[in-house]
Amino acid sequence: MACYVQVILRLMANPLKCDLCEKPATVHLTQIVNNKVHKVDLCEACAQAKGVTDPSGFSLSDLLLKASLNPETTISGAVCESCGFTQSDFKKHGRFGCPMCYDAFKGILEPMLEGMHKGTTHTGKVPQTALARISLYERLTKLELDLTDAIKTERYEDAARTRDEISQVKQASHQPPPR
Amino acid sequence: MTIASLIATPSELTDAASSKTAIVLMTRIRLARNLAGQPFPGWAKPAQRAKVAEICSAAVAAASPLKRSLNVAVDQLGELEKQILVERHLISRELSGSKQGSGVIISKDQTVSVMVNEEDHLRIQVLRAGFQLKKTWSVINELDTSLEAGLDFAFSPSLGYLTACPTNLGTGMRASAMMHLPALVISSQMEKVVRAVNQLGMVVRGLFGEGSDASGSIFQISNQTTLGESEEAILKRLASVLQSIIEHELNAREKLLEADAGKLFDKIGRAYGILQNGHLLNSGEAMNLLSLIRLGIDLGAFPCANRSTIDRLFIEAQPGHLQHAQKGEFDPAQRDLLRASHLRSEFASFVHPDFSLTNNGKN
Ligand SMILES: [Zn+2]
Ligand SMILES: [Zn+2]
Repeated sequence: MACYVQVILRLMANPLKCDLCEKPATVHLTQIVNNKVHKVDLCEACAQAKGVTDPSGFSLSDLLLKASLNPETTISGAVCESCGFTQSDFKKHGRFGCPMCYDAFKGILEPMLEGMHKGTTHTGKVPQTALARISLYERLTKLELDLTDAIKTERYEDAARTRDEISQVKQASHQPPPR
Repeated sequence: MTIASLIATPSELTDAASSKTAIVLMTRIRLARNLAGQPFPGWAKPAQRAKVAEICSAAVAAASPLKRSLNVAVDQLGELEKQILVERHLISRELSGSKQGSGVIISKDQTVSVMVNEEDHLRIQVLRAGFQLKKTWSVINELDTSLEAGLDFAFSPSLGYLTACPTNLGTGMRASAMMHLPALVISSQMEKVVRAVNQLGMVVRGLFGEGSDASGSIFQISNQTTLGESEEAILKRLASVLQSIIEHELNAREKLLEADAGKLFDKIGRAYGILQNGHLLNSGEAMNLLSLIRLGIDLGAFPCANRSTIDRLFIEAQPGHLQHAQKGEFDPAQRDLLRASHLRSEFASFVHPDFSLTNNGKN
């Protein structure tokens, strides 16, 4: 507790100046442009002139995000196969199209997250239903690879056994999740 | 439950019994959740939005804190009704302007609301009067866990809950406190506080206005980041920041009293006079006058029991509530007359201030 009080007191004693004029800065932005973190300090008036204060929503972070989506960055051909969202759609909206987009746009996402959050790995709550689905998906993917492999190498007994296992797993997964 | 009966029911924030705390008016936590395998609302086609809305609202309405709740599509709500829900912090401005396939489920006591197809498929929110981060977290955590049993949430073991905007990624959690900080505003320290709090990874914004002199001296402080820390760690950090803001506000009050008590009492006394006798009050002025009366209560000039009246009037002075109470739509000039008239009648019987401060500011 005490350390926060000290930090606040220290910061109160050393006011920062606005980057655009000489007034004390009250708005502090962390911008990520071309994957580099830039700190910007603005006074109330300059911040409003630049349209960076909106009390009604979480738009400060949206602004940071839009600032990071510099249109001059080379647009690669990445596309989300699941929803058809493209990298230029992301640059335009600042939001993704579907949960699978996080896989499709991994490359542009990772450097962005570093400047945006405290860390880049989730350490919070884990939903058990989703976790079960993910491990089921991984198990089925592995079994299907086994099956293809067995057929290719003409191990038909193994293939039959794997196919049975796949249908069992699929059937079990269609049961309603336990309450 | 219908929207009309919900509006007529006392809410957590307007309820006479619930406003006990001096500086933190309200604690609120929001969780962003999405369904796996479904496009986010902003990218979904109308049929996909409708399907998600159907799945989500059925699951949410069946959760135990939301039985017998209001469950309504946004396009079934009138403009004034939406404005009232925004003023009560039950829906966002974004949801109130959203297209087909969006909806909201609100518990009868108005402490729980779940927006469907806002920026994310689900925006779960729990609010409580006063400084109650732990209690609010335990309620929303339990609700989220019960929803998860029936809904398959989009989740990645490494990135956490997947949200439409990467700024909400990870925990998807935004926790906030609404704070009344009149002494920091009067002594021009608010800009410094805003800056310091920003440096600590928290965001400050005026609740009823712009920047550092928000009307009513009411500010919302919330976490900026959502990934890389557990929910508990974020809440603990936020709680420390809030605690230190409370200490600064209390210090500022003491300093104001020491430096020139007469000047401060004059402000409070004049606010009382205008509220009892004014005929034209715009929303900003009304909020500032009410804020001074609330400070007067904290300092012991009015009885503690009157604090809840002020918290109710903060909300009733908003344009949506004002027009709804008068059963009509009015232009801003007419609203200023109506607002002053409502406040005059409330303050006609409001106890007279006593500046002997027998309880020494420890109200
Ligand atoms: Zn400036
Ligand atoms: Zn996608």
